[in-house]
Amino acid sequence: MVLLSFGALVVAWHVGATIWPSRSFPAPLLVLQTFISETASGDLPYNLGITLCRVAASFVLAMLIGSVIGVLLGSHRRADQFFNPWVILFLNIPALVIIVLAYIWFGLNEAAAIGAVALNKIPNVVVTMREGTRALDPRYAEMARVYRFNALDRLRHILIPQLQPYIAAASRSGISLIWKIVLVVELLGRSNGVGFQINLFFQLFDVAAILAYTLAFVAVMLFIELVVVQPLEHTSTRWRRSAA
Amino acid sequence: MNTHQLAGVAARLRVNIEEKSFRSSNGATIEVLRDLRFEVEQNEFACILGPSGCGKTTTLRILLGLDSDYRGSIQLPGLADARIGVVFQEPMLLPWRTVEQNVRLAMPKPVRDTNLDSLFSTLGLSKMRNFYPAELSLGLARRAAIARALAIEPDILLLDEPFVSLDESTAQQLRHMLLSVWFERPTTALMVTHNLQEAIMLADRIIVLSERPAHVIGTFDIRLPRNYRNEQVKADLLRSFNEKFAEVRNAP
Repeated sequence: MVLLSFGALVVAWHVGATIWPSRSFPAPLLVLQTFISETASGDLPYNLGITLCRVAASFVLAMLIGSVIGVLLGSHRRADQFFNPWVILFLNIPALVIIVLAYIWFGLNEAAAIGAVALNKIPNVVVTMREGTRALDPRYAEMARVYRFNALDRLRHILIPQLQPYIAAASRSGISLIWKIVLVVELLGRSNGVGFQINLFFQLFDVAAILAYTLAFVAVMLFIELVVVQPLEHTSTRWRRSAA
Repeated sequence: MNTHQLAGVAARLRVNIEEKSFRSSNGATIEVLRDLRFEVEQNEFACILGPSGCGKTTTLRILLGLDSDYRGSIQLPGLADARIGVVFQEPMLLPWRTVEQNVRLAMPKPVRDTNLDSLFSTLGLSKMRNFYPAELSLGLARRAAIARALAIEPDILLLDEPFVSLDESTAQQLRHMLLSVWFERPTTALMVTHNLQEAIMLADRIIVLSERPAHVIGTFDIRLPRNYRNEQVKADLLRSFNEKFAEVRNAP
């Protein structure tokens, strides 16, 4: 069904490109040819790899920092009341502003790029994880206290399983947001990666190459979703499906 | 020899709560416990019996260390740091871990790999070890909670109405199971209940609490071993309990 749906989209695209032939609207076959030649030259895999690394680094950073802050705010009402305006502030700073400022303050380097992307995502993670922490059942924590679970066991068996749906939600929305911002970061201040390449092709007006890079990246993300995220979610919610 | 005596001294549960109150959201103070004093001997099975809402669960929460906002003192059996096995009103099993994982997680690290076959088989859980709590009936989940409480080899066992909201035959089956695991390794036990029949069947001693603010009205000792408590004996015990506490119950 999924394949059929995508197939229909490609056919529609092909028909459209045949009826209105234009340099700025290449047919699917041309995009495929560009994809193959870019892959053969090694440019596409290299830049794709660089971008993926940046996405992964920013994602891990944003999830870790955001979760810790979110759990702390969710469990300490006073701290939450104090820091909530900060969260709202950061939620509403445009991604572009954070990126530009990061480059100005910390220079055009990798740390600034990854940090800026992570910083864009952290407030979202904080809000989701704070909600999750407020929904924790205190009775599990009490049980763990009476039975003297150590800190690691509490984290592994009490906290994370209860937060799991919120972690999944934050990851889902996170990964799609992050990879879009990573492209902007690359466009503005890096000399490699998918974003940089797209900027290059924009100046050359090479729409086929732009589409080839974009589709390649989307395909990779789809692959990650189907092969990594969904099976993982399947395993971690096994106990839920069997509910009597 | 010396340490043994010391253990004997410390093996008793002592409760001496002078006052415990709750503040409601509109600022009113509700006094729940007032001068609540009782003791439970080593390896004695005691039941706390009282009207609903009189503060039985609050007393257990204080003993569990989950509520420290009270005046008075408590002393748990065992030396410095008593190990508590608890069965809450709800089974409180982790839904994302299997029955066996739930039991083993509660056990201290060094003994986590102990063989639990006999405990599971006494409680009729041998086939359920790899089930998730959502796949169990309430009765089975309660058994798993009892298994967890006993697997840690506790210094004291605290039970908060563990047989409530089960049908009578299931409850009775569970009571027998609890007794048989408790007999295998007796420990000081304190069970909260409002079911007098249940208390007469299980307890060495029944501690009767008053209405709120709760204090001990009196205790009812049953020295007869449990295997002699047949229906006739239980009916007699019930009658003498009612005679002893009739005036209290009928008091205004």
